[in-house]
Amino acid sequence: MSAHTLTQIPTDGIVIEGLTKRYGKGDTAVDALKGVDMYVAPGEVVGLIGPSGSGKSTLLKCLGAVIEPTSGRMTLGQDVIYDNGWRIDDLRALRRDRIGFVFQAPYLIPFLDVTDNVALLPMLAGVPNRESRERAVELLSALDVAHRASAMPAQLSGGEQQRVSIARALVSRPPVILADEPTAPLDSERALSVIRILHEMAHRFQTAVIVVTHDEKIIPTFKRMYHIRDGRTHEEIGEGREIGATLNV
Amino acid sequence: MINLAGRDILHDGPKFVLTGLGLGLLIGVTLSMAGVYRGMIADGRALLDNSGAELWVVQQETLGPYAEPSSLYDDVYRSVLTVPGVSQAANVTYLTMQVRSDREDVRAMVVGMAPGPAGTPGWPPYLVSGRQVTRSHYEAVADIATGFRLGDRIGIRRHEYTVVGLTRRMVSSGGDPMVFIPLKDAQGAQFLRDNDAVLQGRRRTAQNPAFNRAGAPAVLDAVIASQNVSRSVNAVLVTLKPGVDQADVAKAIERWKRFTVYTRAQMEAILVGKLIATAAKQIGMFLVILAIVSAAIVAFIIYTMTLGKIREIAVLKLIGTRNRTIAGMIMQQAIALGVIGFVVGKIAATFWAPFFPKYVLLMPRDSLIGFFVVMVICVLASLIAIRAALGVDPAEAIGG
Ligand SMILES: Nc1ncnc2c1ncn2[C@@H]1O[C@H](COP(=O)(O)OP(=O)(O)OP(=O)(O)O)[C@@H](O)[C@H]1O
Ligand SMILES: [Mg+2]
Repeated sequence: MSAHTLTQIPTDGIVIEGLTKRYGKGDTAVDALKGVDMYVAPGEVVGLIGPSGSGKSTLLKCLGAVIEPTSGRMTLGQDVIYDNGWRIDDLRALRRDRIGFVFQAPYLIPFLDVTDNVALLPMLAGVPNRESRERAVELLSALDVAHRASAMPAQLSGGEQQRVSIARALVSRPPVILADEPTAPLDSERALSVIRILHEMAHRFQTAVIVVTHDEKIIPTFKRMYHIRDGRTHEEIGEGREIGATLNV
Repeated sequence: MINLAGRDILHDGPKFVLTGLGLGLLIGVTLSMAGVYRGMIADGRALLDNSGAELWVVQQETLGPYAEPSSLYDDVYRSVLTVPGVSQAANVTYLTMQVRSDREDVRAMVVGMAPGPAGTPGWPPYLVSGRQVTRSHYEAVADIATGFRLGDRIGIRRHEYTVVGLTRRMVSSGGDPMVFIPLKDAQGAQFLRDNDAVLQGRRRTAQNPAFNRAGAPAVLDAVIASQNVSRSVNAVLVTLKPGVDQADVAKAIERWKRFTVYTRAQMEAILVGKLIATAAKQIGMFLVILAIVSAAIVAFIIYTMTLGKIREIAVLKLIGTRNRTIAGMIMQQAIALGVIGFVVGKIAATFWAPFFPKYVLLMPRDSLIGFFVVMVICVLASLIAIRAALGVDPAEAIGG
């Protein structure tokens, strides 16, 4: 099955082959991932679903370069980032420049206004403040929150905060976005709106997006999904249902 | 790049400023403590300067007259005047006691000054109002810190004095303001016996056959008269002729007259090194404790502020913020807290210094040292918080 998928892999997007992750050692060791194969093309939004404890967060952490896998291989675009114990040096720069994160809670920086929350990433990478803010405002407009650009995070609604955090994930145009239950705290209308935005942005910026979710409302929107069970992935074809433009927040 | 520390402080403004205020009061207390110590030294120097003396002749092998009791006969000054190089020599007495007035009693150092022209050693060198003592009895010049006013009637032992002049910065090494009265009055006050003691003394003398001789009644009268006249002073203040070496003259007086003589430098060493030394250690101990308390407070505040931001720090690390940037943010906040605290402390100390009963001298040098100590304390205190922040796992931002 995985061999079939692998034959179609172009040279960019996310490619994961035979990834395993073991927590701990000896008697107490837990094999959280037992062989994950996954491919996400640029511009594609792929769902990652599975029961609790199946290894979803573990997979995201491996991809997000915050924990080290035990074996296997991960490729981001043209670059191998992990290969059986070898990993690229600068994980911090990898996270900053190549990966966007969206979380269940938006985790905006409470002491920065909306614009600077988004502009922070390019600023950290050394882009001048003015240019960083211009990029931020541009994205905020695309995500329909430009009118809240100078508000503080605490003054935003949950849906607005989540859109700001998507803007933050997108601002340095990373080839990959990892979203961990991004719709969990939102009502169905807002949840669908967030997913629609992720689809639109993925298409617009040719970003490969992985969305971990339990959310029954949004599962039908994926064209393709990976089901993870007991540390192993199974590819599934989803309904790929269109989200109406009427679902504006 | 924007300043994360500054943004956080602005966002948390009131809490931060209140904390800085609290710390500032503590720093203010610390600066005042140092000021109290400097004030003691300044008082000691003022005491020596204002005495007008270059040499102090005191009882042999005492540290008198300020640090230990010292007693000399009041004619010693005459023979000191004959020593080559001596310009002026004047008796002086010092006695710290309660001085009564209509309003309230004041603890003061009563100085008995020898008769002579203005400028005689032991006299107040300048007056802020009124005149110097001109009569030989029952007039006084008081330091304004006593609260006395011109024309006030003040009581010293059994006698009443009129305040005819006011001076300032004339204090004892203990910080008590001075009251100047004529030497004879001061000798009386210092060695005054009550009437019963005088009568008993007379009776005892009269019973002594050696004094009470038949056929020579004048002997008894003379002995009794000599017993009731005080002939002691505490020191002789000496000024020298221009170009004379202090140490040479001091040595000459010591060798020839068998007294102990101190130069200005020796006197200062006695006051600062011996008299104030214990107080200085006491204050030093306070400074150390205050520094530790300040450090603990800064460390605690910065640590709690950092723990309150663990989630944000995890996110910052996840999205690729350098450790250096995060550590810098925390350290900048600690330093900002220190700067606010220092400014508040400096203002507070300056504001409340005049209200202290004794002289509080805030020296710019002490403030500068204080500032650097505060900065060092803040930086050290922030290290605990920085350690905690750098220990945060970026994986925490992703969660379970
Ligand atoms: N740090 C860790 N140390 C040891 N075991 C861990 C650690 N993190 C996760 N595990 C284990 O690895 C397995 C997979 O956990 P993971 O968090 O990836 O599951 P999940 O699919 O995200 O579950 P959920 O839907 O509940 O969030 C679980 O059995 C979990 O107990
Ligand atoms: Mg999870």
